[in-house]
Amino acid sequence: MAATPDKSRPSPALLEVRDVTKSFGAVAAVQGVSFSLFPGEAHALVGENGAGKSTIVKMLAGVHRPDTGSLAVSGTEADFAGPADAKAAGIAVIYQEPTLFPDLSVAENIAMGNQPLTRLRQIDRKAMHSNATRLFARLGVHIDPDRPARGLSIADQQLVEIAKALSSEAHVLIMDEPTAALSGVEVDRLFAVTRALRDEGAAIMFISHRFEEITALCQRITIMRDGKHVCTELVADLSVDDMIRRMVGRDLSTLFPKQDTEAGETVLEVEGLGREGVFRDISFTVRAGEIVALAGLVGAGRSEVMQAVFGVDKYDTGSVRFLGKPLKAGSPRAAMAAGMALVPEDRRQQGLVMELSVERNVTLPRSRALARLGLLFGAAERREATTWTQQLQTKLGRLSDPVGTLSGGNQQKVVLAKWLATNPKLLIVDEPTRGIDVGTKAEVHRLMSSLAARGLAVVMVSSELPEVLGMADRIIVLREGHVAAQLTRAEATEESVMYAAMGQQVTP
Amino acid sequence: MTAALATPATSPARRIVGGLVKTRELGIILALVALVVYTAASNPRFLSGQSIRDILLNTAILAVMAAGQAVVVITRNIDLSVGSVLGLSAFTVASMMSANPGLPMVAALAVGLAVGGVAGLLNGVLVRYGRVPALVVTLGTLYMFRGVTYSWAGGQQVNADELPRHFLTFANDSILGIPWLVLIALVVVGGVSLLMRNYRVGRELYAMGSSPQAAELAGIKVARNLLGAFIVSGALAGLAGVLFAARFGTVDAAAGTGLELNVVAAVVVGGVAVFGGSGTVWGAGLGALLLTVIGSSLTVLDIDQFWQQAIIGALIILAICADRLVAVRIARSLRKKDSHV
Repeated sequence: MAATPDKSRPSPALLEVRDVTKSFGAVAAVQGVSFSLFPGEAHALVGENGAGKSTIVKMLAGVHRPDTGSLAVSGTEADFAGPADAKAAGIAVIYQEPTLFPDLSVAENIAMGNQPLTRLRQIDRKAMHSNATRLFARLGVHIDPDRPARGLSIADQQLVEIAKALSSEAHVLIMDEPTAALSGVEVDRLFAVTRALRDEGAAIMFISHRFEEITALCQRITIMRDGKHVCTELVADLSVDDMIRRMVGRDLSTLFPKQDTEAGETVLEVEGLGREGVFRDISFTVRAGEIVALAGLVGAGRSEVMQAVFGVDKYDTGSVRFLGKPLKAGSPRAAMAAGMALVPEDRRQQGLVMELSVERNVTLPRSRALARLGLLFGAAERREATTWTQQLQTKLGRLSDPVGTLSGGNQQKVVLAKWLATNPKLLIVDEPTRGIDVGTKAEVHRLMSSLAARGLAVVMVSSELPEVLGMADRIIVLREGHVAAQLTRAEATEESVMYAAMGQQVTP
Repeated sequence: MTAALATPATSPARRIVGGLVKTRELGIILALVALVVYTAASNPRFLSGQSIRDILLNTAILAVMAAGQAVVVITRNIDLSVGSVLGLSAFTVASMMSANPGLPMVAALAVGLAVGGVAGLLNGVLVRYGRVPALVVTLGTLYMFRGVTYSWAGGQQVNADELPRHFLTFANDSILGIPWLVLIALVVVGGVSLLMRNYRVGRELYAMGSSPQAAELAGIKVARNLLGAFIVSGALAGLAGVLFAARFGTVDAAAGTGLELNVVAAVVVGGVAVFGGSGTVWGAGLGALLLTVIGSSLTVLDIDQFWQQAIIGALIILAICADRLVAVRIARSLRKKDSHV
């Protein structure tokens, strides 16, 4: 991003990763990985969770040092003692969770570390402000440089991070799952900005779980599995199936394996549910052994409906009947006691206590039932936790490890274990596989399917169409707070769901 | 999202945000004015030259310490050892001056700064490299420094008649009608404010307090800056020790006991957020002035000492509630901005 690339010379690699290895204790996170980033290239780095992508990112960012092997910037070997060195070498990292300073202004966030100075070495606020304005103009976005970073949407925070990278004249931009929390429009805007930078000669490393984004943005792809380098190829030469096969090391023909089940008695009846300004006139039923998907665009009110059913939010009109009996409104406690379980979308914030051990987390909703005379004994917790983590094939070191140390997919399994331990009759899962890798995704799907086969009723809120189509017995499509369509599995196709979600007529 | 921000329609929202931020210091000034006017109305002697001089002299020592404390609090830490550092420094300097009456005042100031700086360095090293929260470290060193002073003093005290004249008159001497003590406090508060506002290192300290993890990832020299912040706080407490010795003349091992709480109170009342990242050093200086004026005016109004404590306590709670309120209102006005689209 410094200058326009010199097209006359063959461009050397801006950044080379040469046979690097990194271990943490006994765990070899990265073993002998090599690849190069060239100017004007967007390079995808993919792999399942735990494949070692984050470790690579942290080595490039100067947070970790490789045990063996080396990094080279523009052909010269580089040894980063800390993030400051990586920054000085022209490498900018945009982390999954943006790292801005909420109390400081946007302009200050951008300038941090290389603020323009006056002759007295004081910070030149005017220049800082105009720099920020100029960068935003170049990116084609409108963010007030004087506002504090606190309260910016994730998408805007990422744009500020990109502006930061531009201001530090970075040539290499590393983006670690930047789109995970963005809506479609925001992704488009981010991609437009990223493409422009790429075309100006920057090298971009793009990490994502979404293949359509990779094919849309990247020229080359490096695939990692279990800390090892699998291959580096042109994106155009690989089909999505090829990519998945190489990431997982096996065929995933059974990506969405919903078993056919006999639907049993009606478990949940929602009748005319409405909430001022959020959703209206929502009616549907869920029967035992069924998986019902709530589909629709972001903002259609899917999560809000299920939160109202569960009692987290209130509703103004309508009723909820559970197992034939009316359910008290606005009381998650009553819903839980009746046999409902809700796995929230944001598992880090709402689903788990990161500092507590795996076993504590699993048994949390049941601590009262497990306690003897009001005391909670470790052995009872462990027994319960062992049962469920084994059933869900959770990969973990010890049950006493904090949940925060597990990978995203395994955290999701712990959340599931936690609620399944309560023996619910109805399981509500909000975005069950967001942010988890392909292999774990399949396991979560298999698990949900087998739970349904055992007679559990499942309501799944999901934005991923293939998941909705593969898993659900019935699909309820919401649009702008009302039911746009109810489709059976046979009727549902990618087109029919999308048409309903976007308010178009279904053309048979 | 932010498309609306570029249009002039949103500038009022921005002004509101800016205004709210400024209200913190403005609020203190208003409170000060109200208090002074009320007290002076019931007792005009409150505004006499001597009374004002006393208030400023009393504020000076607290303000010097508050400036250092503000720096530490902005980094999301705290330094509870400052009262003990003041005691150690005051006793060291008083002993030195009584033993060598020929030493100039500059030497006394330098030794005070050095003693405090070393104490601050120790705090910083324990916080950074011991990975112990500052609250715990400085609570420990609070007792440690005090214990050292006690065992060294062994029940002795340095009396005013043992100290050289030029040392004692320093507190009351004036230049252009401004007492040295007040001048030093003004220079310290002004200098540290400038450093925190206009220099890179100052903004890095704010950044560290605003988001410690992001500061590490941004390549800020966190260790160096943190040690620096604790050294500044310690050194200024050491400087305050010299001023204390010069002003009161009699120094024993208990000098400055409990003062750390007044200092923290001044900083919090002055609008520095306890969770770091925001607030100003001159706000902390104003906080020190407000606490001192409250003390004096309650005496003038003949109100029980007990109430003075209760009022300071209420002020601290009020200050924290105000912080919260401002934060909520800013968040709301920012959300409103976002919902324009």
